[in-house]
Amino acid sequence: MLDFIQQLVSGVALGCVYGLIALGVVLIYKTTEVVNFAQGDLMMLGGFFAYTFIGILGLNYWLGFALAVAAMALVGMLVERLLVRPILGFPQFAIVMATIGLGFFLRSIAGMIWGTDDLKIDTPFSNGVVKFGDLVLADDKLSVIVATLILCLVLYLFFNKTRLGTAMRGTSENMLAAYYMGIPVKRVVSLVWAISAMVAACAGVLLAPITFIHSNVGLALGLASFPAAVLGGFGSIPGAVVGGIIIGVLQTLAGFYMAEGWKSVFPYIILLGVLLLKPEGLFGALGRKKV
Amino acid sequence: MDTIASTTAERPAASASPSAAPILKVSNIESYYGPIMAIRGVSLEVPRGQIVTVLGANGAGKTTILKTISGVLDPLKGTIEFEGQPIQRLDADRIVRMGLSHVPEGREVFPFLSVRENLMMGAYTRRDRRAIPGDLERIYSYFPRLKERLEQPAGQLSGGEQQMLSLSRALMNRPKLLLLDEPSLGLSPLLVKEIFGIVKRVNAEEGVSILLVEQNARMALELAHYGYVIEVGRIVMADTCERLMASKDIQEFYLGAKDESARGERRWKRKKTWR
Repeated sequence: MLDFIQQLVSGVALGCVYGLIALGVVLIYKTTEVVNFAQGDLMMLGGFFAYTFIGILGLNYWLGFALAVAAMALVGMLVERLLVRPILGFPQFAIVMATIGLGFFLRSIAGMIWGTDDLKIDTPFSNGVVKFGDLVLADDKLSVIVATLILCLVLYLFFNKTRLGTAMRGTSENMLAAYYMGIPVKRVVSLVWAISAMVAACAGVLLAPITFIHSNVGLALGLASFPAAVLGGFGSIPGAVVGGIIIGVLQTLAGFYMAEGWKSVFPYIILLGVLLLKPEGLFGALGRKKV
Repeated sequence: MDTIASTTAERPAASASPSAAPILKVSNIESYYGPIMAIRGVSLEVPRGQIVTVLGANGAGKTTILKTISGVLDPLKGTIEFEGQPIQRLDADRIVRMGLSHVPEGREVFPFLSVRENLMMGAYTRRDRRAIPGDLERIYSYFPRLKERLEQPAGQLSGGEQQMLSLSRALMNRPKLLLLDEPSLGLSPLLVKEIFGIVKRVNAEEGVSILLVEQNARMALELAHYGYVIEVGRIVMADTCERLMASKDIQEFYLGAKDESARGERRWKRKKTWR
């Protein structure tokens, strides 16, 4: 039973990372109908930025965290401006290829700058544990869960209570109407990319103590976040997080209780299952968008 | 009567009140959808404080004119001046900021935002945030039904309520000029009357100038001061609405007057004078 709970917590923590990546994918998809396959690599880049600020420059963890997130916001806007905006209007296929290409590009660049060794940063959560009786839970995993909760709350308040957040939802629902309202649509789209990259950066920094930072960390996690987004209904932000957690938990339990190998295929089994049985996902947002 | 021949492009638009500078002056604009020219050398003016209507059949280019003015389409040629400033190269959001609001055809509400959020999006560019509650009250006095549905998603409203919301949302910008695209589309005659009544009040009480595009020619001519008639992308007639309503061509082709063809003169033989 203790094992089960510990695996459950690890699974939720992993799932939160999936969820945060999927959330970024969904956010971009909802506003611009671009599926960003480089979202996991943006997360990876966030981890390297944090390593640069904390590990190399020796800044305080929280300051380094904040700087990494801010730097990623810039990266997100740059990607939108330089890569995505020029090819909007081309077939979906071109945009998909471009984001896949972006992923390769970011991985190579990261390898060239930071090398191919596994890097790690010291965080306030490294190696610490919380004990509930016999149950021992690692701080780093709990920190991911708590941070995800906080992030979701902040995003919820932003999208529902602020003028800019409401304008972003409006733009994603009806871009033409957003133009008619005088909402600066191009700037809003740029900010959506910034927010997505910031969320990815948070995931990257939180993940740093659990896995190491290396240039391929985003590939597997990024791919596995697509089943999460699909499970959640591809278009629903809470769905992305819930989908991520479900995938993370099932994958971790599969890794613990089943034979070697099941762990890495499990997200894709779920992906196929969802597509076959319930293609609209748990939070069924498919087909709701009026273009 | 003022009938314009095919040399429209070279001719400055006739103005209803030449004394004051018009709030909107469109000169010789041409817009394309891909390779297809949708409007050809259209010129028109909206005098300050007046209602001007553009009449025309489906596909004549009425909506294109409005989209070109509000900046959703860029004209290939020609100039658009709003309050004396050229706006033909500005982005749509800049134009809205200057006080020109567009109520698009088909309402285009934000379906999952609540009615209140839709209205607030209309006020997105406003700097005087404090005046917004007062403006909301004014909207509720125009359309009490919107107040009852404030927290509902706009997609759940009926067509008529969505049209009210679309108009109200544009008014939340406190525009100086309102572009109205087919506000009567798909609505019951009673609702059309209600909405046209509000448009008239907005013009009379708040001094908002209005450019109205309509297929319901009778309603439009009764409401507006000045009218343009557009066919296949060019303006073929321009005059005050009283004189347009008195015109035989307008009666025959836009108001569907029956008495003439009932008496001997066969309708299908009658030719438009501008052809």
